[in-house]
Amino acid sequence: MADGQAHTPNLAHHFDSMDQQRESSSLGMWLFLAQEVMFFGGLFVAYGVYRFKYQEAFAVASNHLSVAWGAFNTVVLICSSLTMALAVRAAQLGDKKRIIRYLVATILLASLFLGVKGIEYTEKYHDQLVPGPTFQYEPDFDQYAVPVTAETAHPNFAGHVHLFYSFYFVMTGMHALHMVIGIGLMIWLIVKAQRDRFSREYYAPVEMTGLYWHFVDIVWIFLFPLVYLVWRH
Amino acid sequence: MSEHGQPHIAPLKTYLNVFAALMALTVLTVGVAYFDLGAMNILVAVTIACIKAYIVILYFMHVKYSARIIWLTAAAGFIWFVLMFALTLADYATRGWLPFPEAW
Amino acid sequence: MSAQAKQENYLNAKHTVASWLFSLDHKRIALLYLLTILLFFVLGGIAAMLFRVELLTPGPAVMESETYNRLFTMHGITMIFFFLIPSIPAVLGNFLLPIMLGAKDLAFPRLNLASWYVFTFGGLLGLGAIIFGGVDTGWTFYTPYSSTYANSQVILAALGIFIAGFASIMTGLNFIVTIHKMRAPGLTWFRLPLFVWSHYATSIIIILGTPVVAITILLVAIERIFEVGIFDPALGGDPVLFQHLFWFYSHPAVYIMILPGMGVISEIIACFSRKRIFGYPVVALSSLAIAILGFFVWGHHMFVSSQSMYAGMIFSILSFLVAIPSAIKVFNWVATMYGGSVKLDTPMLYALGFLGLFIIGGLTGLFLATMAVNVHVHDTYFVVAHFHYVMVGGMVMAFFGGLHFWWPKITGKLFPELLGRITVVIIFIGFNLTFFPQFIVGYLGMPRRYHIYPEEFQFLHVLSTAGASVLAIGYMLMAVYLLYSLVLGPKASRNPWKAAGLEWTTPSPPPTHNFSEPPVVKFEAYAYDEEEVYQDDAEPGDKGHG
Repeated sequence: MADGQAHTPNLAHHFDSMDQQRESSSLGMWLFLAQEVMFFGGLFVAYGVYRFKYQEAFAVASNHLSVAWGAFNTVVLICSSLTMALAVRAAQLGDKKRIIRYLVATILLASLFLGVKGIEYTEKYHDQLVPGPTFQYEPDFDQYAVPVTAETAHPNFAGHVHLFYSFYFVMTGMHALHMVIGIGLMIWLIVKAQRDRFSREYYAPVEMTGLYWHFVDIVWIFLFPLVYLVWRH
Repeated sequence: MSEHGQPHIAPLKTYLNVFAALMALTVLTVGVAYFDLGAMNILVAVTIACIKAYIVILYFMHVKYSARIIWLTAAAGFIWFVLMFALTLADYATRGWLPFPEAW
Repeated sequence: MSAQAKQENYLNAKHTVASWLFSLDHKRIALLYLLTILLFFVLGGIAAMLFRVELLTPGPAVMESETYNRLFTMHGITMIFFFLIPSIPAVLGNFLLPIMLGAKDLAFPRLNLASWYVFTFGGLLGLGAIIFGGVDTGWTFYTPYSSTYANSQVILAALGIFIAGFASIMTGLNFIVTIHKMRAPGLTWFRLPLFVWSHYATSIIIILGTPVVAITILLVAIERIFEVGIFDPALGGDPVLFQHLFWFYSHPAVYIMILPGMGVISEIIACFSRKRIFGYPVVALSSLAIAILGFFVWGHHMFVSSQSMYAGMIFSILSFLVAIPSAIKVFNWVATMYGGSVKLDTPMLYALGFLGLFIIGGLTGLFLATMAVNVHVHDTYFVVAHFHYVMVGGMVMAFFGGLHFWWPKITGKLFPELLGRITVVIIFIGFNLTFFPQFIVGYLGMPRRYHIYPEEFQFLHVLSTAGASVLAIGYMLMAVYLLYSLVLGPKASRNPWKAAGLEWTTPSPPPTHNFSEPPVVKFEAYAYDEEEVYQDDAEPGDKGHG
């Protein structure tokens, strides 16, 4: 088979050049992310509809979340996005040591995020706000500056709060699951980097994992204000 | 990355600036949530989130230096999401418009 | 046999089971898919035959209501999620797309193999759901029945569909990247075969639509497992929201099923009319138009579901718009045949059958997009007949037409042409006998999914069951002669139909890497006025005996 360029070990047989291979994997990754947008998109639409229908209930429910923890986690995740971007930059420069160092930093930040998430989940468990048969909620309107409306007087107000928590757990849970997968990918990258698999010419796995990680960050960028920051004034 | 040859390597400073901007916007979004802006609260929150997402996509995810097809793919996901949301809400927002008929 | 007859190809390169199960060759993976989906086709067909027998009499005859519910659900789930959606893309698309592009393989061969495993795993879960008692919700899984009340294997089936969805996403992703990045030199966008265009449009729908149904069906499973009440009215949840999310994918899924069929039909009609498809660029772009418009019409499934009337009006108008690109395609196919030297070989007969049945299916779709008419015939056999005209009359005809058209390329063997033609006629008659009476019985008021009905409907139901038997005979006859040709059929030459297209420039069956020399494209698609495009330089000994 007459290939224009000499075969490098990282060039798959069905591609003609490293450029073609790199552009293909990049386009493939972006298509995957577009798919992910719609995957989370379904959740956001459902959440949006219920929030539209039950505004006061969702406001009251959201006020039981801790803005401090949420904001802290936002900062942690943005930091991890920075370290991830720097890991990709190190890969572009062919700096193996820095790739590993930044990836380890990203993993640590991600673990910190998940740890905080665990604390929050535990709190909700103690407050019996975990959705399902054990869910218990007595509305206490004096505590929050929510105006009394037809919605707050709704006999099923607690049910609507339950709905909020169903979405809170499904959405943050799905997000956390994506983070766990991301951590797995980064561990795999560190092993590959240790074995000198990456070079200035070939670092697509680092770059693709980077894209994935930034996407996870973006999901949180929307989750935080939409779930935590409802009716805080 | 560019269409051919070596990808663009952004300077360290770009990343740090983006990071600083993201931090500033996070503080802003938390702060603004404590002011009563009525229906504007949600709009402001979503707008700030969009700006944050946009700069992450542009700089951290290198779309600024990418081929047009990557722009298109990245945009398609978000545009489709907005359309799905808009058409679904078109149902919920207009449900109350037609009053139930009195008993006949 | 000449010495060259021993040429190595993708079929005889290796013979071990592992060389099939772990093959990264898109052609072998396509055949793995073919076997898997045919299994589901048979399963879905058996279910259909069983409930057609039940429907012979107005009262309960051979089964109880619960069994009946499980059978039509099994029919719907296997046919839609495990047969129709993967049928043309994962089999013919997988096999032909890289060859049509002049590439050695899809962009991500390992992803391609993974997709088959994921699909098979999802399929096994679906089978598990059937074996452990079946599902009785209908293929649509409407809440709150599916999430709260149904007393059947909803979780298994839901997870099976969730997982099979990812297989389809992997395939779509692979196609888009391959079409963008791996076209042969000279193969510009407007030289691509329309088969490729329609797969491109299909892949866009898959990427942007499938994840939504994945998360929706996952939410149903989560709700059932953890009792979190996402669509549960008891908590203020809205079952109609499920329908929104479900149809956001499942209406475009209709185009996932029909667009690749349209691609096949374009190839066949061009070849057997010996002409370039009339208005080629418009037909190409109409695929994209269908893909995009198709996303914004889902509410027409929900006209009677408490959806706001105003949203209904928007969805109704948007639904009418889809008719435009579909009609463009039909008119242009007819215009292609006009003045062409039309040859009525088996694949062309399938294509003509497709045209007639798709027109009926499509036009009755307009009835259903009209809100006022829809209220009258909603959830009746009229709807059943409508979508079977599109799905079976359209898509299944296209699938078997394509299978016959490329059978010599895929297997290297010729099928008996006369039997092929007879079978098309049997299938066409059987199909119409099955489904045309359903238009009438539906219009008269017979609701779908019931097995007890007033006696005046019996005649039409008996016709329908008789038609289903004819249809089944047609399919079995096809299975027999195709298997026969696989073993004893005469060897096919490189280009037995004298068709244009890169896939016909490489030997039948193609070598492992598709082409011995990387091809360079010099002509438009379907350049039937250039003799060099469609010649068949059969090697001596290749033709006539086997």
